[in-house]
Amino acid sequence: MASKVVTVASGKGGVGKTTSVANIGVALASRGQRVTCIDGDIGLRNLDVVLGLENRIVYDLVDVIEGRCRLRQAMIRDKRLAEMYLIPAAQTRDKTAISPSDMVRLCDELRQEVDWIIIDSPAGIERGFKNAIAAADRVLVMTNPEISAVRDADRVIGLLDAEGKGPASLIINRLDPALVKRGDMLTVEDVVDLLAVELIGVIPEDENVIVASNKGQPLSLDGRSKAGQAFQNIARRLMGEQVPFLELEPQNLFQRLLGRK
Amino acid sequence: MDETPSLIHIKGIRDGLLITLGEAAWPDLAAAFVKNVDERSSFFHGARVALDVGTNELRVAELSTLRDQLSERGIALWAVLSESQVTERTAQNLGLATRLLKSRPMPVREATEESPKDAARWVKGPLRSGGRVLFEGNVIVLGDVNAGAEIVAGGSVIVWGRLRGVVHAGAQGDEKAVVCALEMAPTQLRIASEIAISPKKQGKIQPEFACLKDGQLVAEPWQEMAGR
Repeated sequence: MASKVVTVASGKGGVGKTTSVANIGVALASRGQRVTCIDGDIGLRNLDVVLGLENRIVYDLVDVIEGRCRLRQAMIRDKRLAEMYLIPAAQTRDKTAISPSDMVRLCDELRQEVDWIIIDSPAGIERGFKNAIAAADRVLVMTNPEISAVRDADRVIGLLDAEGKGPASLIINRLDPALVKRGDMLTVEDVVDLLAVELIGVIPEDENVIVASNKGQPLSLDGRSKAGQAFQNIARRLMGEQVPFLELEPQNLFQRLLGRK
Repeated sequence: MDETPSLIHIKGIRDGLLITLGEAAWPDLAAAFVKNVDERSSFFHGARVALDVGTNELRVAELSTLRDQLSERGIALWAVLSESQVTERTAQNLGLATRLLKSRPMPVREATEESPKDAARWVKGPLRSGGRVLFEGNVIVLGDVNAGAEIVAGGSVIVWGRLRGVVHAGAQGDEKAVVCALEMAPTQLRIASEIAISPKKQGKIQPEFACLKDGQLVAEPWQEMAGR
């Protein structure tokens, strides 16, 4: 299989890009794919923490690009999955440390080694974003079901079209079925209608996501939670499977007491 | 005849300088232009520049790089003219004009006979947040105009889709300009010098038609208009 470069972008910060990159990466790797995640957020790295690999960093993305180490040396192998790697961002530098053409060269080299390269874009539409999408074969645009995030996603989708990187695919994160049912949250249909791009995943609001991020144990490692399943489904759709979207119903009190997700 | 094949033509226009770049591949052309600017920095400093890039297809990264380079040299790039649709779209995405208006700031002004007032600009939607269309005549959009997008037209604006962004029709003072949309929910609507925000809508969505009536900006369902 020809390897694919997938970038996760959003425009607005805090919508869940890093968590999704970690989870989609893990979900692909758990399906026997060879995966490398790249943290594109130079200066504000997080992906290493979410993946629980912070204490293993020796070399980073900027070290590779500036030739201080070989590519393989900067690829940190995940402790749980055999074919899952992370290339962390440098913390002491900023976005201008690398250029879009650096990213294209790096990814071309990586394509020889792995099936999937998942890039975590920083928030914003400046240099860091341009670096992150430069090499992308496919861009997943992430949004929450709230107006400000959707507005930024719209801007990003427009920029991707202008850069010849479209059409983007959409992930809606932190959907709360109870709020939607009460009419207090944008529905999936509202968001898709507004942005007019293909939907590739809907992640329900799930407190386990935060717990898992703090522990450095991505949720999709075990597919029992709804959010974990949703990430697994995105991975399957990326691999070309047709997977129906999860039925997201609000939990009643009884289910909540039983702790069913 | 000039001995060196001149790639850069400079012309003074009302809005500053119109610079026409010759036919050459982009990175070299841009570099040549910047070099030219550096050689005559005192001439260019503080200039407002419209750039005609011919058939070059430019992406956001290329154009924004050039804009930044110019701005570092005290030159404001405000418009990019191009024969390429890709480049025009890019320029719009960067908030640059793609047409030279006869009068750029928008004072109230009678449209003259020879102005391309009756011409229309065709825009394939959706026009997304950050997208901007600036045209002296009429503007027709096939697709939605999302919130955060902006259309400024000398004439009327027709949106075959949902209008949620900002539209300014009759921007040069034409009070007969109208705005039509299949769903009229603009962030803000302006015709000539009147400004309105759309009221919270209830009931069914229907095509609407906005115009100036006795100096007031009013929007009415298309059905009622058609009956007249």
